[in-house]
Amino acid sequence: SCSCTVVSKQPLASKMAGADSDDSLYPIAVLIDELRNEDVQLRLNSIKKLSTIALALGVERTRTELLPFLTDTIYDEDEVLLALAEQLGNFTMLVGGPEYVHCLLPPLESLATVEETVVRDKAVESLRKISHEHSPVDLEVHFEPLVKRLASGDWFTSRTSACGLFSVCYPRVSSTVKAEIRQHFRTLCSDDTPMVRRAAASKLGEFAKVLELEYVKSDIISLFTALASDEQDSVRLLAVEAGVSIATLLPQEDLEALVMPTLRQAAEDKSWRVRYMVADKFSDLQKAVGPEITKNDLVPAFQNLLKDCEAEVRAAAANKVKEFCENLPEDSRETIIMTHILPCVKELVSDTNQHVKSALASVIMGLSTILGKDNTIEHLLPLFLAQLKDECPEVRLNIISNLDCVNEVIGIRQLSQSLLPAIVELAEDAKWRVRLAIIEYMPLLAGQLGVEFFDEKLNSLCMAWLVDHVYAIREAATCNLMKLVEKFGAEWAQNTIVPKVLGMANDPNYLHRMTTLFCINALSEVCGQEITTKHMLPVVFKMSNDQVANVRFNVAKSLQKIGPVLDSNCLQTEVKPVLEKLASDQDMDVKYFAQEAISVLSLA
Amino acid sequence: MSAISASEKVDGFTRKSVRKAVRQRVCQGSSQFAASSSRPAAPEISALPQLKDASSTEQHELFMQKLQQCCVMFDFYDTVTDLKSKETKRATLNELVDYVSTNRGVLVEPVYPEITTMVSTNIFRTLPPSENPDFDPEEDEPTLEASWPHMQLVYEFFLRFLENPDFQPSTAKRYIDQKFVLQLLELFDSEDPREREFIKTILHRIYGKFLGLRAFVRKQINNIFLRYIYETEHFNGVAELLEILGSIINGFALPLKAEHKQFLMKILIPLHTAKGLALFHAQVTHKACSIISDTLKPIVVRGLLKFWPKTCSQKEVMFLGEIEEILDVIEPTQFKKIQEPLFKQISKCVASPHFQVAERALYYWNNEYILSLIEENNAKILPIMFANLYRISKEHWNPTIVALVYNVLKTLMEMNSKLFDELTASYKCDRQREKKKEQEREELWRKLDELRLQETSAIQNNRCAPCIATLLPTDDGPFL
Repeated sequence: SCSCTVVSKQPLASKMAGADSDDSLYPIAVLIDELRNEDVQLRLNSIKKLSTIALALGVERTRTELLPFLTDTIYDEDEVLLALAEQLGNFTMLVGGPEYVHCLLPPLESLATVEETVVRDKAVESLRKISHEHSPVDLEVHFEPLVKRLASGDWFTSRTSACGLFSVCYPRVSSTVKAEIRQHFRTLCSDDTPMVRRAAASKLGEFAKVLELEYVKSDIISLFTALASDEQDSVRLLAVEAGVSIATLLPQEDLEALVMPTLRQAAEDKSWRVRYMVADKFSDLQKAVGPEITKNDLVPAFQNLLKDCEAEVRAAAANKVKEFCENLPEDSRETIIMTHILPCVKELVSDTNQHVKSALASVIMGLSTILGKDNTIEHLLPLFLAQLKDECPEVRLNIISNLDCVNEVIGIRQLSQSLLPAIVELAEDAKWRVRLAIIEYMPLLAGQLGVEFFDEKLNSLCMAWLVDHVYAIREAATCNLMKLVEKFGAEWAQNTIVPKVLGMANDPNYLHRMTTLFCINALSEVCGQEITTKHMLPVVFKMSNDQVANVRFNVAKSLQKIGPVLDSNCLQTEVKPVLEKLASDQDMDVKYFAQEAISVLSLA
Repeated sequence: MSAISASEKVDGFTRKSVRKAVRQRVCQGSSQFAASSSRPAAPEISALPQLKDASSTEQHELFMQKLQQCCVMFDFYDTVTDLKSKETKRATLNELVDYVSTNRGVLVEPVYPEITTMVSTNIFRTLPPSENPDFDPEEDEPTLEASWPHMQLVYEFFLRFLENPDFQPSTAKRYIDQKFVLQLLELFDSEDPREREFIKTILHRIYGKFLGLRAFVRKQINNIFLRYIYETEHFNGVAELLEILGSIINGFALPLKAEHKQFLMKILIPLHTAKGLALFHAQVTHKACSIISDTLKPIVVRGLLKFWPKTCSQKEVMFLGEIEEILDVIEPTQFKKIQEPLFKQISKCVASPHFQVAERALYYWNNEYILSLIEENNAKILPIMFANLYRISKEHWNPTIVALVYNVLKTLMEMNSKLFDELTASYKCDRQREKKKEQEREELWRKLDELRLQETSAIQNNRCAPCIATLLPTDDGPFL
């Protein structure tokens, strides 16, 4: 679909000017003035549209005038610099394509040295992006020298930025340059400022991935070992992640000698932050080292982490329980879980720290699929029950939210017998937020339990919430009914809940009478026209004579809400007169909402 | 933690309220104690004879034994076990404090390593995770160190050791080395203010006595600040470290070394961006004002202007206070260098809808020295200030501000009534000119955006021409 015949080399601005027959439409000065605007917000807006300005200038003037200007004026507010750093990452086409992409390096180089971390990181991100657009030659002529300059900068910021750039140029340069890059990386790993060592440690894994295996073994391992025993725990903990990446790169037979001693040491580090990191990366680590090392080393290490003296570490490890067990080698999975992991898990159920218990509660249900029906009933159910009765609502919630996986394993009867009493108890919890959370899980439970079971055990609860003394609960209960009807259908609604809802219209408490209206609002659409017209509408009409004004104006609002469900005849002959009556009510709010309903339903 | 965010969605509890509601323990144990079930019990320690009862030949040996005894650690989180041993250690530490502060000639060479080992064993530890990750030092009670009954005495002992007249830095430097200092500095992150206070004094003594460590200490403190500003925004001891640097740098002669200039530019001024500024602002201001020579003042003011708070009114008030302190001591020639950007900011503050900010800025006119600077440069300052003052004298919601603005306008009128009248006369014109300029800007951007749209559609319709410079002339393009 190429209709282009004229490929013009003219800068865009003059073409645009030609089109508008105005030669001085976009002189660079005007555009640069925009970038210099005294008001930071305006300056920021202009920078965010830098690509538009570049477009107006054309590729050549962007290269020769705009970029030098930007490079020279990088002393702005960090917010502006951040926007600039981001823009420049998408500028390749605007300077004339990959052939000229290196023109973007000088401003980005300056941005990569500023103090503010977010600006620097963005500049590095953009540099990484445009590095792929460099030809191999340009990479060596322009990009790699920039990396070297940054790596040997005086101030730590440029050296920090350099750490993120090695891995993008390494794969595409000659072997001499590769050797230099490795040397620079080595130097930064032993930099005397911890900030740079942290940056190097965080990029070690990524760098290892692009290196040839021989250099991984000769260079990376020693750097990893050194960083993992750094005097600062903030460096050591970053080395853990690198260790996982490195482990995936090495052949199985080298793992034991090259990385395991260091990783073992990290799992027992004196700083809880490092141990936390190990716990947090445990599943990745497990995948990286394979089944044999998992059995021999990781199982005891994991047990220790689950028993760690710091709650933070225990919680991180508890979060991994399910994943760890899932990924255990199949032949010995059940034995390992039953003899080594489950005893620790049992202890965690009664941990002193709520975050630990809550982390465990979010994954513990997943064990039932791994261990099967009998083990679940015998060993896990008591734990679920204990957590379901935990004093901390978070723990209880995490259990409830994962009931479905247990349901699959042990079946609904078993589940209901053992867990339902606890759920019912929570549904009447003194804390309304707990009740609220339970309500939100009702549709899910209903779906899992089926209609019969629901009617038998839970329906009365759902109705009881409608008269709760906290509005938020009544509101949630209303919404819950709607979702239940979506699951069980209109017929079920008509038989079970509609009569009860409508019955509340005669309640002496006006708040309960209003709840009827709110329920009707929520239910009319899912119940459909017939039920709405036949059963609900008469009740609404009757309530238009209520003595409390709040009820009357809610009648107007309800009519507006359910109007679309009704047929036009009914609207004209039945709804309209009622609304007109309300529109002449003595209460001004009732009048207002009646009029609003009339106009929305176009009944005027 | 994912568990928290998941429940936040359904439950609506904020993390903080949960934490506060169930928070039970006020003290925390140190990370060095494993959970009590897996930890071997601490060896029981029994009281040794008193040092004062020993003969002078035995004293040294006994002193060493007591130091070793004090290396046994006890878990203070566990309040029931080891009570007797804990008491023995406490008494021994007390005795040691006494011994090094009152006796002469007890610091012979072999005790140095023993003392350093005892102190290191007792105080160096990985600080436990904060009980309350949203710890707000202004609002919340700090978590206190559980083992303080012992730790306090260890600190006390160490301090007396350093202050003992027989103390030999040349001997001690083999033990109190870079690694030691580094670990000491990390302890400034302790949430317990009592501990930070002790370390502050100790570090100060070390800095005074170990010349070889000075540059190292300054550099490591800088690293802590940089980590605080650019990486974690969390460090409990910022105020204490600033106080130490305050006393260190005061001790330097002018002109300032490059190192200190760098500290000013790269650390002290950027520290103003930290969200915890309120906690150490007094120290920052003190330092900024005390270390900067006159030629540096404009640089500091420009730095503050660069980091001027955009959304935090309390911080704006602090900034205005700090600027005023600098202006109080600025030379008129230096003032001229910054008056324009400075008063543009002050003009914005005066017009702030937050009345405390506006009020703080207007108070500048109560400062006689600043007033004299304004008067001297009124031809420059008046035009900058006028428009906003004039506008808010009619618009500000707060009557106090309006009254203050009237006074300021009156003062300015008295300074230069001719210029004042001119500005009043041209006020409307200027506003209209501004509006027109604004419209022109909008027009420019509208056209630029149009161009962009054309360009985008050109590229989309025209896959064969990847270069952006292929926009067809408008009359030729079938798609335009």
